Amino acid sequence: MLEKALSGSKRYWIWVTLLLAVIAVGLFAYMNQFNNGLGVTGMSRDVSWGLYIAQFTFLVGVAASAVMLVLPYYLHDFKKFGKMVILGEFLAIPAVIMCILFIFVDLGQPMRIMNVILHPSPRSVMFYDMIVLCGYLLINLVVGWTTLGAERKGAPSPKWVKPIIYLSIPWAVSIHTVTAFLYAGLPGRHLWLSAIMAARFLASAFAAGPAILILLCFIVKKVSKFDPDPGVGAIQSLVKIVRYAMIANVFFYILELFTAFYSNIPEYSAPLRYIFFGLDGHTSLVPIMWTATALAFLGIALLVFPTRKNGAALTVGLLSIITANWIDKGMILIVAGFVPNSFERVIEYAPTLNEILVTLGVYAIGALLITILYKVAISVREEKAS
Amino acid sequence: MSINRRQFLRRAGMITALGLGSSFIISGFRKKEVAEAAGFAKAPKDLPAKRWAMVVDMSKFKTEADINGVIEACHKLHNVPKFPNTKDEIKWIWKDDYHHTFAGGHNEYLDDHVLHSPFMVLCNHCENPPCVKACPTQATFQRPDGIVAMDFHRCIGCRFCMGACPFGARSFNFRDPRPFIEGEISPDYPTRTPGVVEKCNFCYERLADGLMPACVEKSNGGLIFGDLDDPNSEVRKIVSTKFTIRRKPELGTQPSVYYLVGGGEDA
Repeated sequence: MLEKALSGSKRYWIWVTLLLAVIAVGLFAYMNQFNNGLGVTGMSRDVSWGLYIAQFTFLVGVAASAVMLVLPYYLHDFKKFGKMVILGEFLAIPAVIMCILFIFVDLGQPMRIMNVILHPSPRSVMFYDMIVLCGYLLINLVVGWTTLGAERKGAPSPKWVKPIIYLSIPWAVSIHTVTAFLYAGLPGRHLWLSAIMAARFLASAFAAGPAILILLCFIVKKVSKFDPDPGVGAIQSLVKIVRYAMIANVFFYILELFTAFYSNIPEYSAPLRYIFFGLDGHTSLVPIMWTATALAFLGIALLVFPTRKNGAALTVGLLSIITANWIDKGMILIVAGFVPNSFERVIEYAPTLNEILVTLGVYAIGALLITILYKVAISVREEKAS
Repeated sequence: MSINRRQFLRRAGMITALGLGSSFIISGFRKKEVAEAAGFAKAPKDLPAKRWAMVVDMSKFKTEADINGVIEACHKLHNVPKFPNTKDEIKWIWKDDYHHTFAGGHNEYLDDHVLHSPFMVLCNHCENPPCVKACPTQATFQRPDGIVAMDFHRCIGCRFCMGACPFGARSFNFRDPRPFIEGEISPDYPTRTPGVVEKCNFCYERLADGLMPACVEKSNGGLIFGDLDDPNSEVRKIVSTKFTIRRKPELGTQPSVYYLVGGGEDA
């Protein structure tokens, strides 16, 4: 089926070339980092994780969100999602690959990455994260490819794939839970040391992930003859999922704020004070966090009121929710976990240009993979339709 | 004999699986032999202990020079580089004021002298080290004598241990450290490559030679080192009879570095 990605319109090839160019720039930036060490990034002794690990965290959520289509469709026989399930699975695959790449570019000794398998450490959460991520990638590859292949032949999916589909549902929850455990189990990092961390991760994932998927469906509708939602209201059903997940996410965040501020334990509130008001005169994250807060409420409002039926307002609402989640999880949560540091000193972090270019390169690889996979899926559908 | 594409792929797959499988079996056996051979003998002068610990007697550190000499001795011996940019900084043992060392329990009425007097800080070699738990490759591990050690050749540089350590004791080689080592390179301890984490190791290389850690030797009695498990050791006597404090004891990591703040008097 992969050959479908090798033929396309001029616009398709221009897009692919553009992505390849961004990947080349990212690769060049990565070679610079590889040769000169992680000193070319903004990370430091005090803020030892930055943009890369934050992107990893955000994208695990995007990958997990495929379950929001798989679960209603396969467990509740929610037929409306029939045409979109494959798009969800084909979003999960590039998302997991980007996660793995972001871990890889974050390593100081990337050539030793296999040490994680050579010297398995069952006490480390990272060990389990590797297992669940690789497993999730495999599950989605097998399920996506098999169901699409069967559809192409006009045959029902083989029976053996059903249990794997059911397995993918708890597995999707596991990838984000284990990722939350990376942070939530560390003593002395008060922003992360929260029992509700995994729940927050899942809520924000089920808001941002389906929101990205809806936007991708809009693009698919624009650039191809395939309509993932031909008047059946699948997108409006997804919008409801996004809306409630985002409301839950904001609610969970407010719970964190209450515990930290009402208890008045300085260590617990310090990172949150840093994020929202600044600490010891350091305020670099404050405007970004308030932007995210405003966008979160704007997004919810646009999806709650009838504006959700309006194409343009819906797009703005979804973009607001994606951006709010990205700022919260794809930047601030990780960075502010290290601020203030173990000595209650505020040392700030800002990504360098090189770091941003590597990040863009990884995202371009993800976009290229999405393009290829979506091209295959759409071509199969178009072929069936004609 | 002609085979079609499907058959070819199937056979190629089988042969690959067979090859990978048998290489695992062979290397599995070999690994065992290597492990046996590596079971090193005890160094003849090795100082034995069940749990190494350190007491920092604050009354003995009167001037900055007392502290700086100790830091220098350690960093020189272990080839710790000096980076001009604090972002890349590597520290094994350093000083901070009381207020920041014992972050959390801030008492605003404390005397200025106490608040700003310098405290030595280093890896606490916790009894329950969160860094060891976090490490996905066991590059950081706990020795039977309680020392939390690092294997610089196994470390993948993921820095999970730095996130896990509540004491900020770990440094990462963001840049190649070798050009930034000041003076002669010490032959007693290996230099590091970029991309690995490092920290204080309680001078296990000196303990193996029957010597006390470099900082202890240089401290004129300000740092007392010994086996906490031994009821007759000096550290044990101080810890059990005098008032000492530790950094963040509430986290349950059981730090092995104690600070004797009341001077010589009993608690």
